[in-house]
Amino acid sequence: MLGLIGSRLLQMIVVGLFLTFATFVLMKLAPGDPVKTILNIDDVAVTQAEQEAVRQSLGLDQPLVVQYTEWFWRVVRLDLGESYITHRPVADLIESKLGATMTVTLGGLTVMLLIAVPLGILSAVYQNRWVDQLSRLFSLIGVSLPSFWLGLVLIYWFAYQWRLLPSMGNGGLMHLILPSVTLGIAMAGVYTRLLRSGLIKSLAEPYVRAARARGLGEVRVIIVHALREGVLPVVTMFGMSLGSLLGGSVVVEMLFAWPGLGKMVVDAIIQRDYPVIQGYVLCTGMLVVLINLGVDLTVRMLDPRLRWRS
Amino acid sequence: MAGFINRYAVWIGLGVWLLLAVMTLLGPYLIPHDPLAVDMGKRLQTADATHWLGTDHFGRDVLARLVAGAKITLGLTLVAISAALLIGVPLGLLSGYVGGVVDAAVMRVVDALVAFPDFIIAISIAGILGPDVTHVVIAIVLVKWIGYARVVRGTVMTEKGKAYVLAARVAGTPGVKTIFRHLLPQALPEVLVLAALDMGKIILMISALSYLGLGAQPPMPEWGAMLNDAKMMFQTHPVLMIYPGVAIFLVVLGCNLLGDGLRDRLDARGEW
Repeated sequence: MLGLIGSRLLQMIVVGLFLTFATFVLMKLAPGDPVKTILNIDDVAVTQAEQEAVRQSLGLDQPLVVQYTEWFWRVVRLDLGESYITHRPVADLIESKLGATMTVTLGGLTVMLLIAVPLGILSAVYQNRWVDQLSRLFSLIGVSLPSFWLGLVLIYWFAYQWRLLPSMGNGGLMHLILPSVTLGIAMAGVYTRLLRSGLIKSLAEPYVRAARARGLGEVRVIIVHALREGVLPVVTMFGMSLGSLLGGSVVVEMLFAWPGLGKMVVDAIIQRDYPVIQGYVLCTGMLVVLINLGVDLTVRMLDPRLRWRS
Repeated sequence: MAGFINRYAVWIGLGVWLLLAVMTLLGPYLIPHDPLAVDMGKRLQTADATHWLGTDHFGRDVLARLVAGAKITLGLTLVAISAALLIGVPLGLLSGYVGGVVDAAVMRVVDALVAFPDFIIAISIAGILGPDVTHVVIAIVLVKWIGYARVVRGTVMTEKGKAYVLAARVAGTPGVKTIFRHLLPQALPEVLVLAALDMGKIILMISALSYLGLGAQPPMPEWGAMLNDAKMMFQTHPVLMIYPGVAIFLVVLGCNLLGDGLRDRLDARGEW
């Protein structure tokens, strides 16, 4: 177990170094001169000398390797620079938006679980019966629907026509419903299928037969015994699809004017606010790596066979 | 219903792509309107005999724009998937067959890229190079080749130890021929399934990024960008957001049915 954590931490450091270097180099390749971007905001004529002064104050006249090393040590101390537009520190900006993104992501996950778990269990237990067929159809539609369009349709009916739910901004539980449903439905299809195939496999295992032979009720057999193994691919998949979840939250945040990281980065891209974009990429990249480590450990806790192996 | 879909999945999927191709090729001859022609006198008209689906907020024919959008979607998706295949499949073959240092090098790149979510990479590239549909395609290729490299590498590694490959080698078959005649065909079913499913994902990604304003830019009649336009008038003219949404949905559904059906028929693996 400790060895695993050690090797994964090492891998994380390698990925982290790659991540920082890649974002740094890519930002250097970005078209446009950051000095001019900064000075152009006031829309006044700038002299060559003024440009040079800003260039020097930002350290942009140094060689690339020096710039990277300096930048890297600042990043390690969580100093991600400041926004070209608002001049707020990027780390503060990210910290202030992280909560909203977490909320909407968790909301989406909840809706996803509420749909996928019952549907997955039902379609595994009643394999190839009408429930299963219906859930397959639902999954197929779910993965094929563009989530931004689904969100628009939901806004049109629930917020505009029927005036049941708010569609803009973050202001409590009611505001969370539409974004969560949009995000959850988009993911539920994949997870339903995954849970179904995992459960079908584990329902055929000898230990499930043994549990039945001991006279345990069918519900207990499914929930306690079969589900424990059937849920493993779902947990692994969750780690892998966390990225698409964060990606999905970008769309949902834009759609519902939700003040999270996704909206922040899209606004930053449109305004060419490079430090903010860089901070976002770094932050989400590290988040994904960290959560994957957590998922790996969870799978090992759930699966006794893996726990004793290494 | 579901049984019917299962049985004919491949054909329905192919049918959708055929329809898309026909729209691309014949559309401009059948619809006498320019998808980009602005006519402010005819703004937001409802459907009639001249404009079968009405006009948008610039008086442009919606049907003409949808058909032009089909061409854009078809073109960009095919370019992206071909590029991903052309990078991923040879790298997978090489990595699996040669092994050693080559394999280690390719796999390290794969590991590093896999850590990053597709959408985040796409957003970073759009962020760095600026919003443009070409940049979105570059980002997609950068992400999507990985899947093919992995699938092909895996198949090659299990197959190359088998007796028939050994026999080919003993018979003096050159390595290149072994790769293309014996190993590549083994990997093909899974590559095909993955490609079909990926096409659906690519279409969703292009349209989502265009909807966010990071992909296709106005006045390009890309479906996601059209939805972005329609969003502004969704209270007064909700019908404008129905057409592009349904178009995206149907095409992605076609891709997923094709991938699903191929998987069942070719007995390959692969999930959405």
